[in-house]
Amino acid sequence: MSNEADTAPVSGQAQTEPPARTSVRALFAQTEIDLRLFGMLLALAAILLVFHIWSGGKLVRPVNMITMGVQASGIAIIATGMVLVIVSRNIDLSVGSLVGLIAMSYALLMTDWFPRVFGIPPDAPFQWVLALAIGIGIGAFFGAIQGFIIAYIGVPSFIVTLGGLFSIRGLVWFQSQGAGVTGIDPTFQLIGGGALGSAGETITWGLGLLGCIAVVALLYNSRRQRRRYGFPTRPMWAEVVLVAAGCVASLGVAWFANQSFWPKGLADQYAADHGITPPPGGLQIATGIPFPILLLLGVTLVMTWLATRRRFGRYVYAYGGNPDAAELAGINTRFTILKTYVVMGILCALAAAIATARLNGATLDIGTGYELYVIAAAVIGGTSFAGGIGTIPGAVVGAFVMQAIQYGLAFNNVNSAGQNVVLGLVLIVAVGFDTLNRRHGS
Amino acid sequence: MTVEERTTLVEMRNISVAFGGVHAVKNVSIDLYAGEVVGLVGGNGAGKSTLMRVLSGAHPADTGEILITGDPVTIRSPRDAKAYNIETIYQTLALADNIDAPGNLFLGRERTGRTGGLDDSSMEAETRKIMGRLNPNFTRFKLPVKSLSGGQRQAVAIARAVYFNARILIMDEPTAALGPAETAQVRNLVRQLKEDGIGIFLISHDIHDVFDLSDRISVMYHGEIVDTVKKDDVTADDVLGMIILGKKPDEVTEKDRAAIELRG
Repeated sequence: MSNEADTAPVSGQAQTEPPARTSVRALFAQTEIDLRLFGMLLALAAILLVFHIWSGGKLVRPVNMITMGVQASGIAIIATGMVLVIVSRNIDLSVGSLVGLIAMSYALLMTDWFPRVFGIPPDAPFQWVLALAIGIGIGAFFGAIQGFIIAYIGVPSFIVTLGGLFSIRGLVWFQSQGAGVTGIDPTFQLIGGGALGSAGETITWGLGLLGCIAVVALLYNSRRQRRRYGFPTRPMWAEVVLVAAGCVASLGVAWFANQSFWPKGLADQYAADHGITPPPGGLQIATGIPFPILLLLGVTLVMTWLATRRRFGRYVYAYGGNPDAAELAGINTRFTILKTYVVMGILCALAAAIATARLNGATLDIGTGYELYVIAAAVIGGTSFAGGIGTIPGAVVGAFVMQAIQYGLAFNNVNSAGQNVVLGLVLIVAVGFDTLNRRHGS
Repeated sequence: MTVEERTTLVEMRNISVAFGGVHAVKNVSIDLYAGEVVGLVGGNGAGKSTLMRVLSGAHPADTGEILITGDPVTIRSPRDAKAYNIETIYQTLALADNIDAPGNLFLGRERTGRTGGLDDSSMEAETRKIMGRLNPNFTRFKLPVKSLSGGQRQAVAIARAVYFNARILIMDEPTAALGPAETAQVRNLVRQLKEDGIGIFLISHDIHDVFDLSDRISVMYHGEIVDTVKKDDVTADDVLGMIILGKKPDEVTEKDRAAIELRG
């Protein structure tokens, strides 16, 4: 520690040219890994480990982890957008209701409106694409309306989206006159995951490999850019560690997902259909990564890119850090805020697709309470209500932390009341820890 | 060279701004020539900052017109002002604390690559270049500006104004938060910019700053300009008198003088 005390005040040398000292923190600084995110991943691992031991070594199995991941995916997808909303000093309480509205829309489109109004036969191919497009349109539309009222008329976002929470949920009832709707397009159902709604063994391995290549390409590109401008680069050992870690993680997840197999009944059916004689113990078909988790991966990448590599993201963070500065810099702050809500609406449509697909239909209360889980995930993931601070990957890990706690407790037969008690405490502890950490850090 | 022969950079004519019923700026006219520093002084609430916010596009004027090099222009937003190469260093610095120095320097004017993505490396390289000139000790290019010292933050704000080829520079209390060494640095910079032919409006409480750097001094009092004087024609006491009493030196009575003595 004394080493750091010596070097820290010398104007940021520790940041750009870390001294070759061997404290753990200095080594981490050289790899430029986001310490906070790394800590959260460790916490997630620790949580899973505790529940794993509690359950007598039964919890951390591919099939369980995949189920947990699929359950977290909807919340995590919306949480990536909530980060941008909270970073720009707003809030969105209407996401749960919007998920409900869009989910009911999907269900009605594919069971009723397509055949009856549009004359599209129930078995028409690609109707899932059309349904998804309409759902995204609905989400963007409601997001734009709320965003407009917030950004251009100046009604506080808490009020606007609280109103949205009530009225949009009310609209769901009018859509179906209070009835639940089931029986959607089988292709659309694949968005929800399951044995069939997964990438399969080969594609999963391919994606693992692709992740590995992407890590190398990103690091190489970053190093080249820094060289070009003569900025300090990471030491070679740090690059090697990062590549190794990225590849182990990427291929490890692929391997792990491929240890989950089709249920016996489905596998036997498949064997019979294809004239395969199942080996003793049944045919083992790996599911690989389910589609909802792939969707989440894609959303996380796109949203991170939006937040860090695009003007839009830069403006969202600048506005959150200092609204006046953003305004005086000539940024169109109102349009920026409006866009954050449009993004939220689109993400709600994606989450609604997963929910509808998993349920094979929609109920009146689908998505109820999502807003609270989503906000909690973003906040556990390090997003600050003061504005300007928060990361997309952090919120995704936050959603997984919450889901791990819920799933782990449920797995060990703790009822939902007990789960809520723990979740609430974890939320407070996580943010409390963060607050202390920031105070200590600054 | 007489004043008339030089380029008039800015003319603000009959500018008025009211907030509700309060007239912050009343029918004010002011001009600025290339390579000139006009000091704008006055007590708190005299309307200096509001007048300059009109020019920088932060707050539109209710009435009046603005001419840039003789042409009438409409400035409704900071973006408009920047299009006319009017740059402002705000008293609050107007930095996004959570963003690093290059991000702040290029805020609203980011460099992008072919696909529209932010070109952070090139922005950092440019920031390193200009900071090398303005503040060679500056090394924290990757940290949020929140963690910088007051002088370093000021340097970022100045760099932002200077980098984009300002022709007209508004400096609102540029040395208020600085130590003696940094203040000297800012003064040198002002002289250097002046030599480059940039016109500067300098708002300051510090009468010494103003006398040291300005060619002309405009005194504001309760939203109006008391007078605009050449620095060489007046003394610091004259200017102080105008700031406090809102009267030109030759209008000041013995009674006023006595009042000042009493207060002073």
